[in-house]
Amino acid sequence: MFGIDWLAWELDGWIMLAGILSAVSAALLGNFLVLRKMSMLGDAISHAVLPGLAAAFLISESRSSWPMFLGAVAVGLLTAVFTEWIRGFGKVDEGASMGVVFTSLFALGLVMIVQAADHVDLDPDCVLYGAIEVAALPYDSWSVGGWEVPRVIVVLGCVSLINLLFVCLFFKELKISSFDASLATTSGFPAWLLHYLLMMLVAVTAVASFESVGNILVVAMLVVPPAAAYMLTDRLVLMIGLSVVIGMVAAVTGHLAALTVPGWFGYRSTTTAGMMAVMTGLIFILAAMLGPRHGVLIKFVRRRLLSLRILTEDVIGFLYRIEERGAELKSDRAGIADALIAGPLALRSVLAWLRWRGHIRSEKQGYELTATGVVLARALVRSHRLWEHYLISEAGVGAERLHAKAERLEHFTDRDLQERLSDETSSPETDPHGRPIPPSDH
Amino acid sequence: MSSVAATVPAGRAVDSPLSIYDLTVAYHRKPVLWDVSVDFPKGQLIGVVGPNGAGKSTLIKAVMELIPTASGEIRVFGKPYRKNRRRVGYVPQRESVDWDFPVDALDVVTMGLYGQIGWCLPVRRKHRQQAAEALERVGLADLAHRQISQLSGGQQQRTFLARALVQDADLYLMDEPFAAVDAATEQAIIEILQEMKNRGKTVLVIHHDLQTVADYFDYVVLLNMRVVAHGPVATTFTQENLQKTYGGRLTLLEEATEAMRRREKTL
Repeated sequence: MFGIDWLAWELDGWIMLAGILSAVSAALLGNFLVLRKMSMLGDAISHAVLPGLAAAFLISESRSSWPMFLGAVAVGLLTAVFTEWIRGFGKVDEGASMGVVFTSLFALGLVMIVQAADHVDLDPDCVLYGAIEVAALPYDSWSVGGWEVPRVIVVLGCVSLINLLFVCLFFKELKISSFDASLATTSGFPAWLLHYLLMMLVAVTAVASFESVGNILVVAMLVVPPAAAYMLTDRLVLMIGLSVVIGMVAAVTGHLAALTVPGWFGYRSTTTAGMMAVMTGLIFILAAMLGPRHGVLIKFVRRRLLSLRILTEDVIGFLYRIEERGAELKSDRAGIADALIAGPLALRSVLAWLRWRGHIRSEKQGYELTATGVVLARALVRSHRLWEHYLISEAGVGAERLHAKAERLEHFTDRDLQERLSDETSSPETDPHGRPIPPSDH
Repeated sequence: MSSVAATVPAGRAVDSPLSIYDLTVAYHRKPVLWDVSVDFPKGQLIGVVGPNGAGKSTLIKAVMELIPTASGEIRVFGKPYRKNRRRVGYVPQRESVDWDFPVDALDVVTMGLYGQIGWCLPVRRKHRQQAAEALERVGLADLAHRQISQLSGGQQQRTFLARALVQDADLYLMDEPFAAVDAATEQAIIEILQEMKNRGKTVLVIHHDLQTVADYFDYVVLLNMRVVAHGPVATTFTQENLQKTYGGRLTLLEEATEAMRRREKTL
């Protein structure tokens, strides 16, 4: 379906590269924004650079890069400073003071841009949403080593390189000041200095990216890939690496999706920048579902497996008790389901598994433990009855709650714990109800 | 304010590891510490005790210049903190950091060496070795590669302690190292502190449990916005002084502060 023939490499290649570079440069810094719980400050700065951009347009009457960079960086830093001030003086929380600063600056920037649009070749829409397709056109290109490279690629390439250098060179400093600002400061790495260095580069990145992904969507590039990477690993280096890869994947799939997906619904192709941001969101959802540490799916599977294991053990224990007491209870499936209050599907699969492992066999009056099943059951029942002893003598648990508590604990008792239990209760031979405690097999 | 002699009155110990004179700290113009003057003795375990909001954490943060001071003079081994920063180790409150941060216990301990390593230079094998040894000393050798949120509260606290150990400072400032740890960990921690003391370190500990003050510390500072009393535990940690520190209703100082704040708001 993804025929390559409709991709014009001279154009699509540059677009994807621009997307990749802006994703990479943003993701590199974004890790530290996410870890410092300052994602919103990244958002604020990338919006607030707008008046800086506009001022540079108005003053220099061109889209030349240097005045733009300087203006935007200055305003970006001011955002960080103002936010601190308002928080300090106004006694409002950080979120509110950021909201005040960046919406005011952003609005100011909008007004200025609309004004500027009359004088300068500048489209407000492009500034806000990016026009990666236009920016990557060869009409505005520089010659780099004999190659004609679109200007936006050169700029983004330089910023990616600067950010990479920054993260590599100051890795240790960024790590310590993000984890424990006071330790950083007392170790001779002033946390405020690293904070403002980081914010300066965020501003630079926002400016460099505004032509490609736009002033608004750069936030997605700053925050979402690192947040997704955070779901997948608990090592910082790996998190940074993953965030970069996720950014790249989002850029490429974003462009392909922008070209193809609207076609499925009979529309023309859509904006690449928007689709890139959508892709980061999709990847985040995947990471949140599948992540090994925080993943929703993994947690669900673990819980299911645990409850199945507990049910398996309960079945074995139940069959053992029936054989011990003589058959006053039914040991067929319906009987087990009644006694253990088990769901039909879970019970069916547990019984099938136990038969397959050879721990139980099916007889005409119901299920019966095999020799290996008896061994398992004895260990389990031994744990259960030792726990009852322990709970009565050591923990002072009342007789009426004894069984329920031991029923839970028996599933989490390995051989070592069982030995210690036996020692602490001075190796009793019967449980508090007078039933025999099976001896240890070892 | 240029020389020690000019600001520290005669008779004050100049070689004290930590000498605080006339320190006042305020948050939003509300004084938190008022005229604090103490010369901490060298090579002792020192407990800083006082009710919530007495300014205990503020005191050690002011020493390390983490917060601005309104007035006063602080000397660390006779010099301003800046000049002797390396000789001071800090153990912050456990809740002050994000334990979900993607680092393992060894990483956290290694951070104690970053100051010695210096700007932009990488962490080397010998640094990690040093950190691993410190983890072993606090009994966490086999948890070195565990992500820090998967450590128990007591293990997290011991990780912090290991980090302080690798700093190899002469004066340690610890903010509630015994908060919310089990009895066994508390015992392990106090043994380490005692060992540090035996090696000539001065250890200043913010402490909450009045029951154990007499057992753990040599010297005690009773703090409630101002220094109520300070001295050897045997003579200073008395019922009368405790009564003054924790006792009853607002102190006159607090009442004056309240009045100041109300005046400011109505203006």
